[in-house]
Amino acid sequence: MTSATYTPDTATQAQSNTTMNKRSKAGTIVHAVLVVLVMLILLGVPFWLLIVTAGKSQAEAIRPTMSLPSHWQLLQNFSTVITDGKMIKAFFGSVIVTVPSVFLALLLGSMASWVLARRATKPMTVVYALSISGLVLPPAVVTVMMLLKIIGLSGTALGMIGVYVGIYLSTVIFFVTGFIRTIPISLEEAARMDGASPMRIFFTIILPLLGPTLATATILVTLYIWNDVFYSLFILSGKMDLLPLNLYNVASAGLYLNNWHLIFAYIILMSLPLLIIFALAQRKIISGITGGAVK
Amino acid sequence: MHDIGWASGPALLILMPISWKEKQISMVNHATEGVTPHGGRRRNRSITPVNPIKTLMKQNYPLQFVIPAFVVLLIFFFIPTIMNFIYAFTNWSAFGKTIDFNGVRNFVDLFRSGTLMRDLRITLVYAILVAIFQNTFGLILAVFLEEDTRLNRFARVMFFVPVIMSALAVGYIWQAVLKSDGALNQILSFFLGRTIDLAWLGNTTWTIILVAAIHGWKWMGLSMLIFLAGLKTIDSDVLEAASIDGASKSQIFWKIKFPLLAPAFTFNVATSLLGSMNGFDIVQATTAGGPGGSTEILNIFIWRTFGQGLYSQSTTMSLVLFVMVMIIAIPLIIYLRRREAKIL
Repeated sequence: MTSATYTPDTATQAQSNTTMNKRSKAGTIVHAVLVVLVMLILLGVPFWLLIVTAGKSQAEAIRPTMSLPSHWQLLQNFSTVITDGKMIKAFFGSVIVTVPSVFLALLLGSMASWVLARRATKPMTVVYALSISGLVLPPAVVTVMMLLKIIGLSGTALGMIGVYVGIYLSTVIFFVTGFIRTIPISLEEAARMDGASPMRIFFTIILPLLGPTLATATILVTLYIWNDVFYSLFILSGKMDLLPLNLYNVASAGLYLNNWHLIFAYIILMSLPLLIIFALAQRKIISGITGGAVK
Repeated sequence: MHDIGWASGPALLILMPISWKEKQISMVNHATEGVTPHGGRRRNRSITPVNPIKTLMKQNYPLQFVIPAFVVLLIFFFIPTIMNFIYAFTNWSAFGKTIDFNGVRNFVDLFRSGTLMRDLRITLVYAILVAIFQNTFGLILAVFLEEDTRLNRFARVMFFVPVIMSALAVGYIWQAVLKSDGALNQILSFFLGRTIDLAWLGNTTWTIILVAAIHGWKWMGLSMLIFLAGLKTIDSDVLEAASIDGASKSQIFWKIKFPLLAPAFTFNVATSLLGSMNGFDIVQATTAGGPGGSTEILNIFIWRTFGQGLYSQSTTMSLVLFVMVMIIAIPLIIYLRRREAKIL
C-alpha cells in the first residue's frame, strides 16, 4: 500500500493529476466522506452481519440482526463447524482438487498456446477456435457426470480435476496465446540456431516470459475452482469433502433450523485461506488482474 | 449433431484481437527469413519447394505440445457436449433400466408444461440484469475511486473482497440481510421509526432483481478493476486538450473516456453475461429458484431435476442452455468487437 516506489508510470500519473484535477480541498473531503459512506453501506452492513452473527448463540442468531451478541462465542461456533462441517477434511479436499487443476490447466494450456500462436495454418486455427470455445460455451454438466461414471472416475478427485482442467483450459489458452503472439519470434531463433530442442526453447525462453499472463490466469482460475460448487455437486455426488460443498450441506441443514451462527462461522473460516493470500499479495493480485485482462 | 460443435469453433475467432491476424502473417515471413541460412537441414527433409516452411514449422512447434491439452478438452469437454446432444433425445432417468431414444418428447414436455419458456425467460432477464448491475456498479466505483489516494486504494481492495469469496457464501449472507426479520428491515425500521417486515426475497415479481443485484455486488469489484485498468491507459494529453478546449467533466467522460473504455467494456459485458447465464450459486443460496419458481434460472432447474433422477430432463435443459448461450453470446461478442474496432 505504501507508495514509496517511484516508477515512470506513477510519475506521469502524478503529473496528470496536478494538471487535470482542480478539485478544491472541500471537494476532497466530501469525496473521502462519500467513499467511507459507500463502503459502510455496501460492504459494512453485510460483513458486520456476518461477523456478529457468527459470534452469537443459536437462540440469538435465529433472527439475523445487526445487534452485537450478548456474549461472544465465536471460537465455540468455529469448533462446532470444524467438527460438524468436516472442515479439515474439506480443506484438504479443496487443496487436492484445486492445486493440480490450476497447475495442469496452466502447464498444458501454455504448451498448447505456444504452438497455436506460432503455427497459423487453417487446421491449427480451427484447433485454436475449438480450444477457446469453452470460454463461451457452458459445460455439459449432466453428461460429463455420466461419462465419468462410465470411465470409473465419478466421485474421485481425479475426475473432478479433469473436469476443471477441461473447463478452464480455454481461459488459459485464450490469455496465453494472445500474449505469446506479442513475443517476437527472434527471441526463439537465437536458441534454435544453437540447436536447442522445442522442449528446451519452451521451458527456458517462452515459459519465463509468460509470468504476468500466467499470474492473471492463476488468480482467476484459482478463484473459480476454489469457490465452485455447481460442478462439484454433480461430479462428486457427496463422495468427497470440499469447502463449498460442505457449506452447501451445513447450510441446507442449518437453514431449516435457522442456525445462522453456524453457517456464518463456517463462511468466515472457509473464506480465510483466500483472504489471507489476498491480504499478503493484494498489490500483485490487483495489478495482475488489471495487467493481464485488458491490453 | 457434431456439426454444431464444430461450426461454432471458427465463429469464436472473433475473440481474437483484430491486430493478431496481420501479426501472424508477418511472423511467418519473419520465421522463414530467419531460417533460410539453415537451408541445409531443410533440403534433406523436404522434397517439394512449397513444403519447407510447413515442415519447419512442424519441427519447431511440434504437435505434441497441443495434444495433452486437446485430449483433456476432448474427454472432459467435447465428448460430454456431444453426449448432451444425444441424451437430450432419450428417456434416460434414474427409474428406467434402459435408455431409449424418444425423439423430441423431452422438449415437447418441457414446452407444454411452460417450464422451458419460463426458465429461458428468467435466465435471460437474470443475465441482462446482472450485466447491468455489475457493470454499472463497477463503472461508478472505477470513476469514483480513480484517483490514486490512499483511501481510494484501500476501498478498491475492500471492494475486491466479495470477488474472492465463495458465491454460495455471498448468497447466504444476503439471504440473512434480506430476510423479513433480517438486518435490512431492522435498519429500515430504525430510520423510519416504524416496524418494517418486508419479505424481500418472497416477491414473485421483484425478487429476481434483488438476486441479480446481489450477483452484481459480488462481481462489481472485478468490473471495477477492469474499468480502472482501462481508465489508466487513456492518454492524459487527450484529456488535457479536451479540458483546455472547454469540455465539461461529463463531456470528457461520455465523449472521450467512455468510448476509450471499449476493450474493458467488451470484457466486462461478455464475462458478466456469460457468468450469469451459467449462474447457479447465488440463486441457489438466496432463493433456490423460488418464490414460486420466479427465479428459477436454467442451472437451478438442471440441478433440481437431476436430484429427482429425471436425467433426460436436466440434459435437455442443459442443451437448451448451450444453444441459448451460443445464439446470444457469439453475435454479441462479434458486435462488441466491431464496436471496439470502430472506436480504436
